[in-house]
Amino acid sequence: MKKGKGGEGKGEKEGARATLRSALRPPLPLFPFALLLSGCQGVQSALDPAGPQAGRIGGLWWLMLYTLTAVFVLVMCVLVVAAFRPRGAYRGETASAPDTKPDAGRERRMSRAVIVSVAATVVILFVLLVSSFLTGRSLYSIAASGESALTVKVTGYQWWWKVQYDNQIAGYVVTTANEIHIPVGRPVLFKLTSNDVIHSFWVPNLHGKTDLIPGHETTTWIRADRPGTYRGQCAEFCGHQHAHMAFTVVAESPEQFKAWYDNQLKPAAQPSTPEQARGQQVFMSSPCVMCHRIAGTDAGGAVGPDLTHVASRPTIAAGTLENKRGHLAGWVLDSQKIKPGNRMPPNNLEPEDLQALLDYLQSLK
Amino acid sequence: MRLARVVITLTFAAFGLLLLSCEREERGFRVEPPSSSRINSKTLSDLQPGAKTPAVEVKNEYEENAYAVSEGKRLFEAYNCNGCHAQGGGGMGPPLMDARWIYGARPEQIFATIVEGRPNGMPSFRGKVPDFQVWQLAAYVRSMSGQLSKDVSPGRPDNMSAKTPEASTEKMEPKPSAGVPKSAEMPK
Repeated sequence: MKKGKGGEGKGEKEGARATLRSALRPPLPLFPFALLLSGCQGVQSALDPAGPQAGRIGGLWWLMLYTLTAVFVLVMCVLVVAAFRPRGAYRGETASAPDTKPDAGRERRMSRAVIVSVAATVVILFVLLVSSFLTGRSLYSIAASGESALTVKVTGYQWWWKVQYDNQIAGYVVTTANEIHIPVGRPVLFKLTSNDVIHSFWVPNLHGKTDLIPGHETTTWIRADRPGTYRGQCAEFCGHQHAHMAFTVVAESPEQFKAWYDNQLKPAAQPSTPEQARGQQVFMSSPCVMCHRIAGTDAGGAVGPDLTHVASRPTIAAGTLENKRGHLAGWVLDSQKIKPGNRMPPNNLEPEDLQALLDYLQSLK
Repeated sequence: MRLARVVITLTFAAFGLLLLSCEREERGFRVEPPSSSRINSKTLSDLQPGAKTPAVEVKNEYEENAYAVSEGKRLFEAYNCNGCHAQGGGGMGPPLMDARWIYGARPEQIFATIVEGRPNGMPSFRGKVPDFQVWQLAAYVRSMSGQLSKDVSPGRPDNMSAKTPEASTEKMEPKPSAGVPKSAEMPK
């Protein structure tokens, strides 16, 4: 064991270096993870901010990512070096002959290293803490900016969103579902509440999450600085179809918003063809009328989504399906197949009645 | 050693018993409701050829399923039954949490009352409420006066309510119907 002490030590060192090098080379299977970064763009991404609040949250996220990645890499390097360094290598010891004599110089160096590490940890944590605090405070700065705001009331239902644009005149309150239009550059005050269980309102491109609590009103502010369509999603588990409880936020120019709003203010279009008229009769004489409202008709249900302008919406069933004739047909006939557990009962309609109903629903622009 | 084995077996058996209660909470989203074709047809005359048709008695399976009864409770509010019957205490319509049943206490009789409507104010919901939901409502209506077993009836309301939950309501034996009240004697 004791013979060739020096040479063996040197060989061990070389071997350790080789292992270290191969350990540091990034293994091929990790490369697909780089592709995940492409998910940072898109209609539902906190890393693709479209408003000041999401921008600040995104900034904080990147700061934390870079800082913590640096810390992680540093710790891993130290760990790898420690793991592959032969015991006692710094002065030619071997495992069989450990040097247990205290060494004042070495102790001092080690103490210094610990002090430096603790100081670095405290500084990093402090920086992250302060930036978290500043980010949190700045998120509410636009609330205090005093600009004339648009007020939107959002009520969470299992499993869809009711959206109402506040107005002092009751007849001017626009009611829609699962779709929120906002003008670019104007702060929008959201008043949030829930009809049944706790939901959470989250549009990652615009802001963080805010809970919707039954019997209580919470508020949040949003401002979109860039036109676009963003996807929002319920972010608090709320039952069977929590995953299918999405909505669309459309940020558009003030003129486009005005045009949309004025159209939504109108009562539903009157049937213009015999098929549509038949469809309206089907609607009024079937279970549809018990839950859904179509402004300008006798249908005044407040339990399900308002269908006054259903054909103008991009999706049905809270972002579950594209708003197409076939999807609508499947949804009307047997929604439990598409979204099991949702509140819409299946409807047995004769084929002609169904086609007429679809004609009517698609005319509600 | 043998004792330990007995204890372990008994413990597992006890947990196995728990599985028996799973059906109570079973959530069937696409279930066949009891057939209602014979109830859901009204005649204008009591005269019939031959012997009188015996009354149809229907077992409402929903009365054994807590989820279905709770759905009935939700629908009771959604379809605004509360508007007239309050929370079962009555108002414009007769109370549903007492022992008096004007049009019968059996599930199929309640079904017919909801579907056909009744004089002096009860609207007909024929074609407006799907059959399976009417059966759920009928189950819930019966739970209000304690006709269902306590482990199925709703144990807690979703909103603030002064009345005791259906699960804590003592069963009230339905009294024989005193006949249809005249409009001057609207049930209070």
